[in-house]
Amino acid sequence: MANALVNVPPRARRGEIIEIKTLISHPMETGYRRSQLGATIPRDIIRLFVCTYNGTEVFRAELHPAIAANPFIVFSTVATESGTLAFQWTGDNGFSATESAAITVD
Amino acid sequence: MTEQAPATATPAAMDEAVRKVVGASKVSKGRVTLELPPLSENGNTVPLTVSVESPMTQAEHVRAIHIFTELNPQPDVVSFRLGPRAGRARVSTRIRLANTQTVTAIGELSDGSFWSTSAAVVVTLAACLEDA
Amino acid sequence: MSARTARLLTTPALLLLATTAPAGEIPTAERRSGYELMGRETRAMQDDDTANPGMLGALEGEAAWARKTGAAGRACADCHGDARASMKGVAARYPAFDAALKRPVDLEQRINVCRTDRQQAPALAYESRELLALTAFVARQSRGVPIDIAVDARTQPFLDAGRATFYRRQGQLNLACNQCHDENWGKRLAGNPIPQAHPTGYPVYRLEWQSLGSLQRRLRGCLTGIRAEPYEYGAPELVDLELFLMWRARGMSIESPAVRP
Repeated sequence: MANALVNVPPRARRGEIIEIKTLISHPMETGYRRSQLGATIPRDIIRLFVCTYNGTEVFRAELHPAIAANPFIVFSTVATESGTLAFQWTGDNGFSATESAAITVD
Repeated sequence: MTEQAPATATPAAMDEAVRKVVGASKVSKGRVTLELPPLSENGNTVPLTVSVESPMTQAEHVRAIHIFTELNPQPDVVSFRLGPRAGRARVSTRIRLANTQTVTAIGELSDGSFWSTSAAVVVTLAACLEDA
Repeated sequence: MSARTARLLTTPALLLLATTAPAGEIPTAERRSGYELMGRETRAMQDDDTANPGMLGALEGEAAWARKTGAAGRACADCHGDARASMKGVAARYPAFDAALKRPVDLEQRINVCRTDRQQAPALAYESRELLALTAFVARQSRGVPIDIAVDARTQPFLDAGRATFYRRQGQLNLACNQCHDENWGKRLAGNPIPQAHPTGYPVYRLEWQSLGSLQRRLRGCLTGIRAEPYEYGAPELVDLELFLMWRARGMSIESPAVRP
C-alpha cells in the first residue's frame, strides 16, 4: 500500500474547527508525457479522496492530472465527537489506499 | 478514458468545462480568494489555497469549490466537496501548471449561486534540462 | 600593423583569461544553504514533516530499516538498533573513508556495503526507490547536525581530486562548477536563482524531478546541463566531488530530506 502521512490533532474541543493535512505517495502520471522512444506514458492518477468522520463523509476531492505528484490536501472539519477520521484514496489501475487517525473531543 | 486532448487547452475548452459544472447559472465575481505565488519556482508543484467567505451553517454554506486552468492540456484541476461540517471553506493543495497562465476558482453555494475569482501565475522552465 | 603584432597584442588578454586563478571560495560567514534562496511556500514544504514529500520516502525507509532481508535474514535494526540514536550524525560525516575499499564511499554506497556484506542481499540500484528511502531515513536522523568531514592523510588525495573537478572547465559550454556556484551564486540563470551548491539536504525532494533524488543524480544533471558527459553512478569522480562539496559545506547543518525547486 502506498505511504500516506496524515496530520490530525489528537484532541479538540467540541465545535472547534480542526485542520487536517494529508500527503500520499503517488506519481500522478498525467497521461501527456512521452517516453524516450516517443510512446505516450499512460495516465495513472488518484481520482478520488474521501474523508469520513465516524462513518459520515465530511470531505471529498475529485482529482485530475493537474494535481501535483504526491497529492497534498489540507482541509478542515468541525470536531463533533470523539472517534475516528478515516481517509481513502482511489484511482486508476485499481489504486486504493486508506489511513485513519483517532481524535478525542471534549 | 482515452480521448487525446490537445497539448494546450483553449479558453473555449475551459469555458466548456466551467459550463459542465455551472450549467446555465450566472457566475458572479467575488467571495472567493485564491492564494497562489505570482512566480512559481517550478510548474510541477505550485501551492494553492482557495477560500470562500461563508458562515458554513446548514442554511448557508459552500457546497463545492472547483479549480480550472486556461492553458494546461485539460482545464479541470480538482473539485472539492464541502458542506456545513467543514466549519470553514478553505482548502490547500499543490497543482501543476504547464506554462504561465491564469487559474480560476469557482465556489458553489448552498443557495445555488456560483462565485469566482482568478489569479495569474508566471511559470518558468528549469534552467538546465537533464536526461534523467 | 602586421598580423604578428596584432596577435601579440591580443594573446596576453586571452592568456589572462585562461590562466586566471580560480576565484576564492565563498567566505565561511557568507555561506548560505539553498533553502534561503527559495520562496516562502517551498520553504514551508520543507519545514513541515507532514507536508514534505521527501518524508514519504523517509517513512518507507523506516519500514525497510526494520525488515529482515538477504540470505543472512537480517534487518538494519538487528545490528544498528534504533536509528534515531545509532544513525544520528552519520550523514553529516559522509562521504567517509572505507578501509576495505581503500577510498571514500558515500552514504548510498555505505548502505550497499552493509547490504552485501552483512545482510548478504544484492546491492540496491542507484536511484532505486528503496535505496533513496533508506538513505532519506538515515540522513533524516542527522537533521540539524553540522557537517563534519574527516580530512587526513587517507582522504586528502580524494578531497584534492574532488576540488580539481570543481574548478575544472568541462563540457561543450566549458564551464567549471565554481564559475556558477562560487562566483555567480544568487544571480539568476533563466529565471532560477543559482545556489552556492552546498549538499546539506540530500537526498532531496526536487520539484523538477517530482521525487527524491541523490546528490549524484543532481551532479549528473548539472554535467548534462553544461553539455558534458556525466560520470556513471558510483564513479570515483562523482564520489570525490561529493567529498569535496561536503567538506566545502563543513559546519553547515544537515537539512535532509530537503525540498528544492
